[in-house]
Amino acid sequence: MKVILRNPRRELDIDGDASVKDILGRLDIIPETVLVIRDGELLMKTDLVMDDDTIELRPVISGGLG
Amino acid sequence: MKCKVCKAPAAIEIRRHHAVFCKEHFFSHIVRQVERTIHDYDMMQPGERLLLGVSGGKDSLALWDILTDLGYDVDGVYIELGIGGEAGYSSNSLQLAEQYAKNRDLDLRVVDLAEEYGYTIPEAASETRRVACSVCGLSKRYVLNRAALDGGYDVLVMGHNLDDEAAVLMANTLTWNVEYMGRQRPVLPATRQGLVRKVKPLLRIAERETAAYCVLKAIEYEVDECPMVGGNTGIRIKEWLNVLEAQRPGTKQRFLFGFLDRASEQFATAHQEQVQLQECGRCGQPTTGEECAFCRLAERMTRRG
Repeated sequence: MKVILRNPRRELDIDGDASVKDILGRLDIIPETVLVIRDGELLMKTDLVMDDDTIELRPVISGGLG
Repeated sequence: MKCKVCKAPAAIEIRRHHAVFCKEHFFSHIVRQVERTIHDYDMMQPGERLLLGVSGGKDSLALWDILTDLGYDVDGVYIELGIGGEAGYSSNSLQLAEQYAKNRDLDLRVVDLAEEYGYTIPEAASETRRVACSVCGLSKRYVLNRAALDGGYDVLVMGHNLDDEAAVLMANTLTWNVEYMGRQRPVLPATRQGLVRKVKPLLRIAERETAAYCVLKAIEYEVDECPMVGGNTGIRIKEWLNVLEAQRPGTKQRFLFGFLDRASEQFATAHQEQVQLQECGRCGQPTTGEECAFCRLAERMTRRG
């Protein structure tokens, strides 16, 4: 599967099917800090991502505290 | 996973509320939470004119959408900070804010820092050798208040979310900055002439939820991080809080609302006793010195030639 990361924008390839929870665990990402998006919809941690899918891991932390 | 209300397929889990929602019930949950915050803190009254600080990011655009949904008539103001040059961060954020306003027939006014005050944020950070977020925060606070005053608005609405406020509180607690803690309230009343009441209706909404709201409503927002923010303390504190939150959902909300419910009043009183305000000699805004920090910055930027 293709995994799009942001800030900075980059792409990763992960072989095989995997659950969202597994993908985030493998990449050491805390689920609270990202949205996992496939075709404009949000995925839940138990959702399965297939090998030919493209997902975006969109960070939700933003900004300085000014 | 199924929506806790209607058992339809879930769109999002909110662990601190032990809740899973489908898209529609997530929207109604968020709108209800904002409505409750406005009501609990008596943020605005019918007939008051509201101005929202719009950055083009997830929080301000989600808030504009939610307030409109609740029936409030809200205008927006965008501050062009001049970050990233042409086709860069600021101009992209402006484009997204303008696109949102245009699609929904909402009023967005733009204040260009360079045109109105003669400097951009990168220039001010470089000239003063201060952290960009510091000069940016100072400039935005001043310009937003000024825009609300000049436009005859009663309330300045801000998109600060639960994560922002918890992180600010943590930063101020780590240094025991009691003056800033005294000012951290859901409503900052217009205590003096020259100040517009400032309110934060997203206080109960985590930033993951404002981002989810925008994605599920197909609201395009600025996803890229500000290029000047790199590694700042605020973001690091948010990351630490998220580690705690992952282990104990609700940590951020308990930390912030525990403070607001049980401690903030004492800091506010101490703050009022300590601070003697007077009018800035240049702009008339309340300040502790003869000239306010913004006028000193603007003057320095003008003098650099």
